[in-house]
Amino acid sequence: MTVSGDTAQRALATWPDRSGPGLAPGDAYTLEQTWSDPPGIIGWFAAINHKTIAKRFMVTTFIFFLLGGLLALAIRLQLALPNGKVLGPDKYSQVFTMHGSTMMFLFAVPVMQAVATYLVPLMIGARSVAFPRMNAFAYWIFTMGGIMLYVAFFLDIGPDAGWFAYVPLSGPQYSPGKRVDFWAQMITYTELSALMEAIVLITTILKMRAPGMTLNRMPLFVWTILVTNFMVLFAMPAVMLASTALITDRLVGTHFYNPAEGGDALLWQHLFWFFGHPEVYLIFIPPLGFMSSIIATFSRRPVVGYPAMVLSVIATAFLAFGLWVHHMFATNLPELGKTFFTAASLMIAIPTSVQIFCWIATLWTGRINFKTPLLFVLAFFVILLLGGLTGLMLASVSLDYQLHDSYFVVAHLHYVLLGGAVFPLFGAFYYWFPKFTGRMLSERLGRWNFWLFFIGFNVAFFPMHVLGLQGMPRRVYTYPSEMGWDKLNLVATIGALTIALSMLLFIVNVLHSRRRGEIASSDPWGAGTLEWGVSSPPPMANFHVVPVVHGRYPLWQEAGTPRYVTGLANEWREVLITSVADAKVDHRLWLPSSTIWAFLSAVATTILFVGSIFTPWAVVWGAVPVAIAATLWFWPKHDIIERRVESELRP
Amino acid sequence: MNIGMTSLARPLQDALRPAGIQAEHIGGLWNLTLGLCALVFLLIVAACVAALWIAPRADAGTAPNLDSLARPERRIWRVIGWSTGLATVGLLVLLAADVFTSRALARMPLQDAVNIELVGHMWWWEARYRDADPSREFTTANELHIPAGRPVVVTLRSNDVIHSLWIPNLHGKKDLIPGRTATLRLRADRPGTYRGQCAEFCGIEHAMMALLVEAEPAAAYEAWAARQRRPAAEPADALARRGREVFLSRSCVMCHTVSGTSANAKLGPDLTHLASRRTIASGMFPNNRGHLVGWIADPQSLKPGVNMPPNALPPDDLQALLAYLETLK
Repeated sequence: MTVSGDTAQRALATWPDRSGPGLAPGDAYTLEQTWSDPPGIIGWFAAINHKTIAKRFMVTTFIFFLLGGLLALAIRLQLALPNGKVLGPDKYSQVFTMHGSTMMFLFAVPVMQAVATYLVPLMIGARSVAFPRMNAFAYWIFTMGGIMLYVAFFLDIGPDAGWFAYVPLSGPQYSPGKRVDFWAQMITYTELSALMEAIVLITTILKMRAPGMTLNRMPLFVWTILVTNFMVLFAMPAVMLASTALITDRLVGTHFYNPAEGGDALLWQHLFWFFGHPEVYLIFIPPLGFMSSIIATFSRRPVVGYPAMVLSVIATAFLAFGLWVHHMFATNLPELGKTFFTAASLMIAIPTSVQIFCWIATLWTGRINFKTPLLFVLAFFVILLLGGLTGLMLASVSLDYQLHDSYFVVAHLHYVLLGGAVFPLFGAFYYWFPKFTGRMLSERLGRWNFWLFFIGFNVAFFPMHVLGLQGMPRRVYTYPSEMGWDKLNLVATIGALTIALSMLLFIVNVLHSRRRGEIASSDPWGAGTLEWGVSSPPPMANFHVVPVVHGRYPLWQEAGTPRYVTGLANEWREVLITSVADAKVDHRLWLPSSTIWAFLSAVATTILFVGSIFTPWAVVWGAVPVAIAATLWFWPKHDIIERRVESELRP
Repeated sequence: MNIGMTSLARPLQDALRPAGIQAEHIGGLWNLTLGLCALVFLLIVAACVAALWIAPRADAGTAPNLDSLARPERRIWRVIGWSTGLATVGLLVLLAADVFTSRALARMPLQDAVNIELVGHMWWWEARYRDADPSREFTTANELHIPAGRPVVVTLRSNDVIHSLWIPNLHGKKDLIPGRTATLRLRADRPGTYRGQCAEFCGIEHAMMALLVEAEPAAAYEAWAARQRRPAAEPADALARRGREVFLSRSCVMCHTVSGTSANAKLGPDLTHLASRRTIASGMFPNNRGHLVGWIADPQSLKPGVNMPPNALPPDDLQALLAYLETLK
């Protein structure tokens, strides 16, 4: 995390090295100051630079990842032996609910947005994300929602109805008390944060690309982020509707899900999975972008089939909305209707296989630089592939009758989510760490980290396929010894401990390398996209002069003319807005400066959200501080307006 | 706390060992799908390994090869196109196999079926054996007996939250959803004891909601059903008669039914033929005196969260009650 004193010092000490072409040292210093975060404790809370916020966001999501991992370890210890006594049934219900909710809502979806808010502006040649204050607000809201959930958990009022919170179990009759309310309200938080980040990222990508970066030249990673965040816009409202109806059922006595009063228990499942299945792809698609970035760099050539890759990602996003019912095959929905969803679920394998074939072709025809990021990415071809194939099994209605809600599904979903998202994410972290920090992660520790993770993962999760087929259902807190499930469960627990060890190595690697790692050059991997053209870590304004883009791999291809945009102000946060498709220069825009009010608005919103768990009236009185904070957030400043008008008159 | 969940002979609960026509259909589809998927897995991993093997090594300083930006790589595209086509064919095979399996599942003949209405409760199963003649209907809990070779239609309802019936050796799952009715049609073709379990998270004792399915020859089944239809027999000895008094005067009677007595509450399992069942607490503990004592005195220690309250009975009353319960054959 950047404290602003640090930034200023860094700017003073090293600015000549990273002044970049085309800007006098004095101007570079001014620019650095303009985009820096204010000093001091208050300044820390007022920071809105996208890299500062993104780094905090990444660290926060990683902490939630570790917490979720510790919960998983508790689950594995409980199940290691039959009739386990590590956790009681009540604690177990809370622990597995918290594990699922943490990993899905507090880690997997937001970490992708966090990485994106760091990288996207650098990759598209922008000085910032759009709406930087909203970006900061989204981060704070997310963090406070996560903290609220964990405070509840440590007070023994953690949610216990599963991360999917099926009604009527999660309804007022069968889950009295406040546990499920905290879960539902956590959804509201992450929902709000994810939607705002989606608006920030979509706007950034469509309107703030450097001149010349047409959609056809946009890095594949940016494409995946664009597509993912459009999916967020459509998927998240479904879960918002579902969780709001749940909260009103619980708090004010509505009957959306109560069959006795005309409600329907399956309504929840439709709404939840209409969000929940696309959510898997919210988690899975950004890593496809990591894969494309890393494979191109480490096989020293552009990815094969750029148009096919882009179209595949878009096709995946569309199809992702048409297969939610495959989570509900065991319900009494009409059989013919289920077959439609089988077909859709099988069809989504086609775009994914196109991408896999393109990557293999890239590797095949490339020259390979075998480094840790590539190792993590290669794990995708084993783990995600296996998870995808077991997904085809689950897509079949008849097979799903046997496999559904058994440990087979636990194995499948971890193969998909870890193989498809977490391994590439770690690869991405090894890849971009030098850009984030200016230092390299250790290769040696990286390889240990990788192999322990890879082996531990397979030891932990492969046996679960067999356990599921042997009849072990999910979400059981224990099992009798005569079921014959004990050996494989013990093996799985040993695998889980191995994963924990690999995570420990990762943390050691990060903490050590951050201070003592090898100093990274601006482009340590010889990569081709714009973020590698600026120093590591990047200047506060990202680019001293905004580049003009002439190809898909600007650093690999010969520079065209003009090379740079001139005329953007250094004294205030001025950015260039370009057209949606062709990135033609459109106009200049002033972005707002740092403010504490984004943070304070998040605090006010938190008071409203947490209060409303205990009394509906909190929505009324809690709105007052939110309104005040939001008004002050947007309060115009005269001097800025005057300077702005002046700059318009005499550009 | 430490009365272990052991001593039942290991019951079958395994999707890979089908004992009925429905599970066999699914097992066939599983074998086909597993074979096809394993082949695809090996091919793609082999392609990946070959790619890494063939491609020369480089380092970060190696100049990138930008030929593909200058002219299209038609040969590679063709290979990718064919591979994708092949993958699509494989997917179509899976789709067709699934459709045919679904059809086979739906076409199981239903003549002369046994009709069972299974109601899910937190955390036990209530089974009503339906019959055209109402006097032949009866109710039991947590243990189904079915005639081997005869179709069984299980109508599924829930009394509270969503449960899911899963007897892997006989068929896949079907959810019990409050406000909705589902049916599961199955047939056990080999006699045996099959264990089933709730497969949808239904609260803290979801793990302890099992049931046994006893598939037996027709004659044995009919004999069992005839016994189940009879009301509880009049206890023969004084101790058991006193036990009945205990049962009827204590809180037992608030939740349980013993037909032929004034106990006819429906909140807990029907105990009319408790002693004929192999397990207590929904398939979790062997039905013997030791477990019954533990269960009556302190059910929370065996199944924490269960709705049955603890019963602090004087030792004499407890012994009498046990003697009575053991007469409920």
